[in-house]
Amino acid sequence: MKDSIFSHTYSNGLVLVAEPISSLESAAFTIMVPAGCAHEPADRAGLGSLVCEMTVRGSGPRNSRQFVQDLENLGVERGESVSTNHTSYSGATLAKSLPAALAIFADLLRNPHLPAEELDAARMVALQELRAIEDEPGQKVMLELRRHQYPDPWGRSSNGTVAGLESVSLADVRDHYAKLFRPNGTIVGVAGNFDWKRLQDDVGRLLGDWAPRDVADPVDGPQPPRRAHLHHESNQTQIGVGYESLPYRHPDYFQAWGAVGVLSGGMSSRLFTEVREKRGLCYSVYATTNTLKDRGSVLCYSGTSAERAQETLDVMVAELIRLAEGIHPGELGRLKARIKSSLIMQQESSSARSGSLARDWFHLGRARTLGEVGGLVDALSCESINAYLAAHPPRDFTVVTLGPHALEVPRGVS
Amino acid sequence: MEFRKERLPNGLEIVAECNDEAHSTALGFFVQTGARDETDEIAGVSHFLEHMMFKGTPTRTADDVNREFDEMGAHYNAFTSEEHTVYYAAVLPEYQTAAVELLGDIIRPSLRDEDFDTEKQVIIEEIRMYQDQPPFGADDRIKALYFGAHPLARSVLGTIQSVSDLPVEAMRRYFENRYSPDNITLVGAGKIDFDTLVATANKICGGWQPTQPTRTLDRAAPHTGFECLHKETATLEYVIQLADGPAATDTDRYAAKILGTILGDDSGSRLYWALVDSGLAENASLGHHDYQGTGVFLTYMSCEADNTEANLAEIAKIYAEAQKSGVTEAELAQAKSKINSRVVLSSERPRGRLFTVGGNWLQRREYRTVQKDLQAIDAVTLKDIAAVLAKYPLTRSTTLAIGPAAKLQAPG
Repeated sequence: MKDSIFSHTYSNGLVLVAEPISSLESAAFTIMVPAGCAHEPADRAGLGSLVCEMTVRGSGPRNSRQFVQDLENLGVERGESVSTNHTSYSGATLAKSLPAALAIFADLLRNPHLPAEELDAARMVALQELRAIEDEPGQKVMLELRRHQYPDPWGRSSNGTVAGLESVSLADVRDHYAKLFRPNGTIVGVAGNFDWKRLQDDVGRLLGDWAPRDVADPVDGPQPPRRAHLHHESNQTQIGVGYESLPYRHPDYFQAWGAVGVLSGGMSSRLFTEVREKRGLCYSVYATTNTLKDRGSVLCYSGTSAERAQETLDVMVAELIRLAEGIHPGELGRLKARIKSSLIMQQESSSARSGSLARDWFHLGRARTLGEVGGLVDALSCESINAYLAAHPPRDFTVVTLGPHALEVPRGVS
Repeated sequence: MEFRKERLPNGLEIVAECNDEAHSTALGFFVQTGARDETDEIAGVSHFLEHMMFKGTPTRTADDVNREFDEMGAHYNAFTSEEHTVYYAAVLPEYQTAAVELLGDIIRPSLRDEDFDTEKQVIIEEIRMYQDQPPFGADDRIKALYFGAHPLARSVLGTIQSVSDLPVEAMRRYFENRYSPDNITLVGAGKIDFDTLVATANKICGGWQPTQPTRTLDRAAPHTGFECLHKETATLEYVIQLADGPAATDTDRYAAKILGTILGDDSGSRLYWALVDSGLAENASLGHHDYQGTGVFLTYMSCEADNTEANLAEIAKIYAEAQKSGVTEAELAQAKSKINSRVVLSSERPRGRLFTVGGNWLQRREYRTVQKDLQAIDAVTLKDIAAVLAKYPLTRSTTLAIGPAAKLQAPG
């Protein structure tokens, strides 16, 4: 496994973090701009997504159509997304096209047209994306779970609300961009086949003289209620269960993460075995860690026929509580095997690696090599994970359901 | 990079693209069986059987199967389509033999009564889950409308009724016939020790007895039509349209792929600019899908119910324009660079190559390097695309809409 990560912080605060993987023919980038939906005014929910949609509708010398054409002629596969803290742009292409692709995205970051005549179309795109979630109840319940797990603005969904999207004006779009798109706090992650020195110069030339500005962090609002039921005339009831855990930067994060790996991940994991394999209650059940910069949680999901939903919730919660009793050596062995192969396979994808580099930098202020992550995973033991679980047993569950009937949260759960 | 193949005396084939530079190994048993090989009495059995393969063998319990895959750190799964059922795992190279032994063992399952009954509930939950996602149902219904009595009309999942009524003996009979070694290919991609692979296959699969299963490959006689299914609980309206296209063995499939990209790729296509960029539709795409003996162009569109008729008219206009005037050199060049890059990116992982190598072997009994595929794409001309349009007019199609619209008018 290669262990060479390069990084450079430009004078305006912009960070470039990159890992060459010479065995690949591709190169990929992930640009994280500190313009997440946590910064939206409360009555403009969805503004961040709308701004993101507007930024791809023309920038620098290109109109909307030329932007797409130029990227496609370069063979760039691209994607944009908005999360709590960031608006992210990612792309993957053949190695030789990387510099030209980065130049196009530099125009997007610094000189988007945000054209008035595109606002209605962009709004319709955002509204339909939001409304499409109504047709995906499993996705909807997890967005609602997150909203109930964290105090506002940290649990927001970037899709916003119909009312929020409808009230956004062109001035709102331009203000949001002008206030939040900036080099300080922006992280550019690159992985694949490239020359570091040239990349460092290219990014410096494109983004090095972009002027920084200070933005205050959002403050915590009130904690939403830990219980919610959304009525929906469906066959199945969707169940989301959350509880507090650690953020990625915490020294004990890998203990918490390892424990969740025992719950979910692989078909021999506890939730899959108990809920699906033994009882046939559902098709899908999982738990996953969710991390913000200074807090984290575990979010669990299952969806099942309405009449079997109560039993499903009871079994899920029982497994979460049982986790505090500790994990076994066999479970730890499987966890380590799975993580080891995932780390090695990450080296086979420039896209996956570029995203990891940028996210690492956001959380830690540096990027871990795969070798370093491997070392942290090797250091996990049943004793260390069980000591963590004894001190931090899963409890105080947030429970959100969506379906024809509300469920009872099992007794003994506060 | 080296392609190797071998055939066991019982007919099981082994093919692999061996790449010494790869970090991982992808392996899969590709079984030539799926919904098109079913009858009404056993509708959904291929997919149900795929689930049962993880429920244990004479020497392994279901827990053993799951545990052993996880002990290797395998990324593993299975899927069923109209034509194939595939069981695969991506592992680190040192687990090549263990992975083949485990995959090979699970496709000789015990099919115990009690596991069959438990798993039936999981399948029914899977169907209920999809039923809560509004486009569901459209897929099966349009295949029935378009393919008529042709076997490709059959649903992969079956229905809650057909799955509930399925007797375990019928599944056992289907298994005995379809999972014959002469109907199975072991496929590998990535870092592979081929001689060891063949030896392992021989040890695990060498004793399997062939039954010589067959499949009918009549060319489909496509139907045309327009139907609107009212689903009150849906938020958006979803539309699927099918038109005839080249089959898996037809050489004009490359031109068909490029035509689909130009007219209906997710980004930068004619449908994209007319309907998605403008915000008139949430999705609008056209793609070519090939089967043995036939192929289809599939149009997919989702939008607010009120916009459906106007959007369908716009799609009809775009297709009519393409039939009349074809596409341009600039569009052709743009589509080629896009596909070229996608092929390279998806080929970097052995997991990505596994399905391409396996698909080529099952559909055409041929091996194609990435380079050869890129050359075939590069060789497509405007004339080839015009020929596809002439042979397979996009304007002759079957359309199905599902969603809140109670009634829709077919375009002009």
